[in-house]
Amino acid sequence: MATDATRKAAEALLHALALPEGEAGWVRERRAAARTRLFEAGAPMRRDEYWRFTDPARLTAPLALAGAGDAPAQAAAAFAGIDAVRVRMVNGRLRPDLSDPMEQAGLAIAPLGAVLRQDISIAREIFGRLEAAGQEKVSRPLAILNTAAATEGLAMQAHGAVALPVLIAHDRIGEGASLVRHVVRVEAGASLTVLEAGVPTNSVMEVDVAPGGRFHHVRVQTGERAPAATHLFARIGEGAEFKTFTLTADGALTRNEVVIDLAGDHASGHVAGAVLGQGEAHADNTVFVTHSAEHGESRQVFKNVLAGRSRGIFQGKIFVRKGAQKTDGYQISQSVLLDEGAQFLAKPELEIYADDVKCSHGSTTGALDATALFYLRSRGVPKRVAEAMLVEAFVDEAVAEIADQGLQDRVRALVADWMAGRA
Amino acid sequence: MTALDTNVKDGVDRETIETVHSMGKYKYGWASDIEMDYAPKGLNEDIVRLISAKKEEPEWLLEWRLDSFRRWTQMREPDWAMLNIAPIDYQEQYYYAQPRSFREKPKSLNEVDPELLRTYEKLGIPLKEQMILAGVEGAEAAPAEGRKVAVDAVFDSVSVVTTFKEELGRAGVIFCSISEAVREHPELVKKYLGSVVPNTDNYFATLNSAVFSDGSFVYVPEGVRCPMELSTYFRINAENTGQFERTLIIADKGAYVSYLEGCTAPQRDENQLHAAVVELVALEDAEIKYSTVQNWYPGDEEGKGGIYNFVTKRADCRGARSKVMWTQVETGSAITWKYPSCILRGDDSQGEFYSIAITNNAQQADTGTKMVHLGRNTKSRIVSKGISAGRAQNTYRGLVSMHPRAANARNYTQCDSLLIGSDCGAHTVPYIEVRNPTARCEHEATTSKIAEDQLFYCRSRGMDEEEAVALVVNGFCKEVLQALPMEFAVEAQKLVAISLEGSVG
Repeated sequence: MATDATRKAAEALLHALALPEGEAGWVRERRAAARTRLFEAGAPMRRDEYWRFTDPARLTAPLALAGAGDAPAQAAAAFAGIDAVRVRMVNGRLRPDLSDPMEQAGLAIAPLGAVLRQDISIAREIFGRLEAAGQEKVSRPLAILNTAAATEGLAMQAHGAVALPVLIAHDRIGEGASLVRHVVRVEAGASLTVLEAGVPTNSVMEVDVAPGGRFHHVRVQTGERAPAATHLFARIGEGAEFKTFTLTADGALTRNEVVIDLAGDHASGHVAGAVLGQGEAHADNTVFVTHSAEHGESRQVFKNVLAGRSRGIFQGKIFVRKGAQKTDGYQISQSVLLDEGAQFLAKPELEIYADDVKCSHGSTTGALDATALFYLRSRGVPKRVAEAMLVEAFVDEAVAEIADQGLQDRVRALVADWMAGRA
Repeated sequence: MTALDTNVKDGVDRETIETVHSMGKYKYGWASDIEMDYAPKGLNEDIVRLISAKKEEPEWLLEWRLDSFRRWTQMREPDWAMLNIAPIDYQEQYYYAQPRSFREKPKSLNEVDPELLRTYEKLGIPLKEQMILAGVEGAEAAPAEGRKVAVDAVFDSVSVVTTFKEELGRAGVIFCSISEAVREHPELVKKYLGSVVPNTDNYFATLNSAVFSDGSFVYVPEGVRCPMELSTYFRINAENTGQFERTLIIADKGAYVSYLEGCTAPQRDENQLHAAVVELVALEDAEIKYSTVQNWYPGDEEGKGGIYNFVTKRADCRGARSKVMWTQVETGSAITWKYPSCILRGDDSQGEFYSIAITNNAQQADTGTKMVHLGRNTKSRIVSKGISAGRAQNTYRGLVSMHPRAANARNYTQCDSLLIGSDCGAHTVPYIEVRNPTARCEHEATTSKIAEDQLFYCRSRGMDEEEAVALVVNGFCKEVLQALPMEFAVEAQKLVAISLEGSVG
């Protein structure tokens, strides 16, 4: 519920952002509605239950958008060796001039800004709609803010099996914030993989997967010094498949929210992630899975490796609507704490209104298994190597959630690099 | 113990079924026609003064009550629980009601209003010494020599009688009503009252601190193993009265005590308020077992009436190696808001929480525990079984917190929910906060439907559907039932079946 203070904070947030010009009527309406919704919700505050473990203050500071500039291409390196169409964004601005040609068979793709000036039905069906639907039960004001003001990003429509993943690489230079929005539609029976590297300050992706469609998403965030909030909203149709995986390493303050709705019967939604933290890193994975139809299957698999004074947060929820019978919901969140001062804070929730379901969650926290370490060391394995072996094995359950073998191996290599380079 | 268990189980499942068939919906739904003295309706400073004056309390206690009342008026009713509560008019309640025959304190049981004694007879409470285990079916399964249970009975706002005082006195155990303790042992009450649940704690605890009427007080001195189980029976009888009991149990160094608590209330159309506070203090090497069978009137099938049960229960494991075990069977109340907790302050201290919460018809329960690990090598274990039927909502809410100092602390949590019928809900809201790398935390939770194949198996063996459900549910709850003292386990098994009556077919 908004109070005077949260409303003021929301106003301040909006004030810093110029209202986009020249947009289609339906977009203007949706942005105005978003402003109203944002005032109603108010900016998130520390005392909000949903922000119990992460102080939103640094994420709700008014955004001064970064200017244009040329940053060296670094983010894309996270997916080195992966065959993909590389799309570059610099300081939150799409740079077709620095990107590969985007077109490929089965995929319509365009800058979001251009789409919002026209009346294109897929954008109209998705933009701001999935975000608004994802506000049920708990408000996500930072995503509303994005709907009110974001103009940069991609609109994608897959109508066949798209061969190459679309890799969105985000680089930044200098200070300043970035506001990014992607809108994705996977048509019936089509398939698309989207990769993301680097994190804008505030990014929202809305994904609508039509019946029988398949959408895969892998995101890598490493060493981000500025605070970042991401939202991924998805509606998963009948028999459709949705998979997302995020690797977060050493971000100063990262809040990743994934909000998915298994809207059609026999839909499948998998949300996974690995957190590698050292120093003062703070990584928050907040997941909300809604089962709205029968025979849905959902999985949440999260692994946290926390060193130094880092904090790993997991808030996960399985919400089963009345009538969503035969739901199979699974959730696991596990942490290894490597140093004194590291923390893992979790709130794994179930909210269930249908009886013929099978839902479970588990959560464990502890140090690395001392006996396993001892065994390896007694075999002559140096301590650091032994630790790395155990950590990599621990994280692997989450990495294995990635559908593609090549992408799995790439992420494994990133985990190994992190362990080797750890202070 | 195991031999006993088998006896009870074999005998009782059958008996459970018979009870279900033979019994009305809510066995304890009658009201006794006893003349009552009420304090005027509503709540203000004068009422607080009046309660204190009636109890002839010392000045410090009155001041504490008044301070609590003033704080309460500044607080807001909590709304974070998954409960849908109709607004409560705190001015429409009586905060003090006393059976009229108590104006002059009775000297012995003979002077107690016979109607009141009949009430207790109906409740099956063994008030007199020879009534050990009387009224508890399945007693034949008990050892031949019987077990003694000392009882403190609280009727509306007043503790009626406490049995076995002499025998307990010989062991040095103090077991009396809290009002009596205020008079007889003010130094103990002053030292410990509010030391676990301060009067600033939460809305309902603060209200209780202002208006608490009676409750039990237990002090077990150093090195003493309390020679018998202690028990309190609470009953709300009068209309529109709230019951605000306050229980304080102190186990001094190396002491041991097992305490049982039971509650019932008459069937009334209006909601009645119950806001209790229970404080447990365990010093070095002490152990407290606290078992509850909560069977307040749950309201009718449409959700009309029933008790609003807002209870703050907390144990402070102050001393090293101290141990507290909470066991609860929650079948009653229209609304249950209750989180028995352990502050594991002493090194190597242990907390355990075993819970069965059953909701049927329109009942709502939001219950669980908090285990706060402050000391080194502290251990906790949580086993929670939630069963939801009808249109009921059942939430487990819990916290396991490992503080930076809690090296090698250990927690294991298991919470399982069972759903019977497609209109009910089962929810799990655990918080896990680990701030020490050597602490280990494990949490698992499952939610599922009552297993068709198990029901089918039972049916194929000739059981009817209700029988089969009772058997499967009792099996689901087994780990918790086993943690209860024997006579409570018997009662609890029957309650499980009765509470689910009408939920199938």
